[in-house]
Amino acid sequence: MDNSAVPEACPGVESANAGKGSACAGCPNQQLCASGEAAKPDPAIQQIRQRLEGVKHKFLVLSGKGGVGKSTFSAQLAFALAGLDHQVGLLDIDICGPSQPKMMGVEGEQVTQSSLGWQPVYPLDNLGVISIGFLLSNTAEAVIWRGPKKNGMIKQFLKDVYWGDGLDYLVVDCPPGTSDEHLSVTSYLSASKVDGAVIVTTPQEMSLLDVRKEINFCRKVGVPVLGVVENMSGFVCAKCGTETLIFHPSSGGAEKMCQEMDVPFLGRIPLDKELMECCEKGTPYLAGIHSHEDEGELAEQIQNEGVCRKAMRSVVQGMVDGLGAA
Amino acid sequence: RSKTPSLFSLPSPTPERLQQPPRKPDPRPYLCPAAAMPGGVDKIKNIVLVLSGKGGVGKTTVAVQIAQSMAAQGKKVGILDVDLCGPSVAKVLGLEGKEVMQSSEGWVPVYTDAQKSMCCMSIAFLLKNNDEAVVWRGPKKTAMIKQFVGDVVWGELDMLIIDTPPGTSDEQMATIEELKGAKLRGAVVVTTPQQVAVVDVQKEISFARKMGVRVLGVVENMSGFVCPCCQEVTDVFS
Repeated sequence: MDNSAVPEACPGVESANAGKGSACAGCPNQQLCASGEAAKPDPAIQQIRQRLEGVKHKFLVLSGKGGVGKSTFSAQLAFALAGLDHQVGLLDIDICGPSQPKMMGVEGEQVTQSSLGWQPVYPLDNLGVISIGFLLSNTAEAVIWRGPKKNGMIKQFLKDVYWGDGLDYLVVDCPPGTSDEHLSVTSYLSASKVDGAVIVTTPQEMSLLDVRKEINFCRKVGVPVLGVVENMSGFVCAKCGTETLIFHPSSGGAEKMCQEMDVPFLGRIPLDKELMECCEKGTPYLAGIHSHEDEGELAEQIQNEGVCRKAMRSVVQGMVDGLGAA
Repeated sequence: RSKTPSLFSLPSPTPERLQQPPRKPDPRPYLCPAAAMPGGVDKIKNIVLVLSGKGGVGKTTVAVQIAQSMAAQGKKVGILDVDLCGPSVAKVLGLEGKEVMQSSEGWVPVYTDAQKSMCCMSIAFLLKNNDEAVVWRGPKKTAMIKQFVGDVVWGELDMLIIDTPPGTSDEQMATIEELKGAKLRGAVVVTTPQQVAVVDVQKEISFARKMGVRVLGVVENMSGFVCPCCQEVTDVFS
């Protein structure tokens, strides 16, 4: 289907007038619509449902705004869930700016093919990652693709990746916005049971503006909003302990917005230099079974965690409890 | 309101089918290239894009600061926001709630003051409700950007700054293609210090070069935080 010259007044592929109205004249897809071909559901949707049948919980990490910490949160959430001894998959559908290979410490690795499908890259035994970053020969090379080509890649990621015998959690890291990638991932997952979307924001009104749009997008496409996380919530100076709200919540921050929009508030994560360093090095921020083999030592480590790590752990635990037992 | 077509019958991508089809000439006369329109950008002396591969680095902040600094020096400045999903410029300039007027020559941009020192165009002015999501696929976004460049009566500006969303996709390609024939001087690329941002910025620079746009330079934003109490500088993002 050629989507490069679609008329503006296009009635939509599913409309009764598809291909027949005056607005359709000159559109390269007019024949496809008029014959009813275009309105048939994509068979890939059922193939994706079968592929992901063994995945107990699937959720999207979204934000209307860029740079709020979606990828950071997705990466550390995936590490944390793996640290709690669950089987986790992390799918990065940001085609133009894939961050997960770096954030998971597996930059330069390759995706391999097997008879079962594409094999993800495994930074940990129980944590697999898929990203277009692994398919690029040169990370500085731009991926200059329009919508349809990006959608094709996302379909392949959902249809052709073999995640193993059964995942407890599939985390889908999305780019900012409400466009092709978001429409495609929600439509390709329409037959697979998606638990919902976690929305990440920073406290300032500039981000909340875009996050309200994202919440309305989720409602439009029928994806439940599991909750909103407020990232970069404040910065505590290591020298004098003063807390500064760098990204000032001039309109009350995410918690107030959640009350207004009637969505759950999952918690606040402060700005922590150590969190940023973990993302640069691709290491887990929270302690888990991979960092501490002895249960007693792990419990002690968790008890002695700082304020920032405790905040992150509480958000992760809140999500796990909300999604129900794996 | 017309719906964008869905892609349910997109064939499975094979290497041959991943080739982009050649662009056909646009048969619709009202969407001609920018330079031929009575509205449009042909009388603008300088056009600069503000790009970044990464989101949230401060593109809008930097774009608005450049525009405001130039306006304060007495230049006639325009700022075009082609971020259709998350338009921030209207809010930063305090122009929320303003409407776009139509004239016989095209759309009239929103002016920041009575002296007309700075004008702005954004999809935010066309939305009935600020919380309304703009859920459009590539082709519809491309058509909107064509109109923003070609149908707005920008007039004889000294400078037009174009704020873009993060990425190297439809919006960026549409903007650059529509500016063929106009005085596009180059692009300013904004980043923050962390590695993840720098990798995306390398991609953006590679994109600019491939599209034939000169990179005027790179700005490193959020370069460090000075504690207001003890003046200690912490490199939060590096």
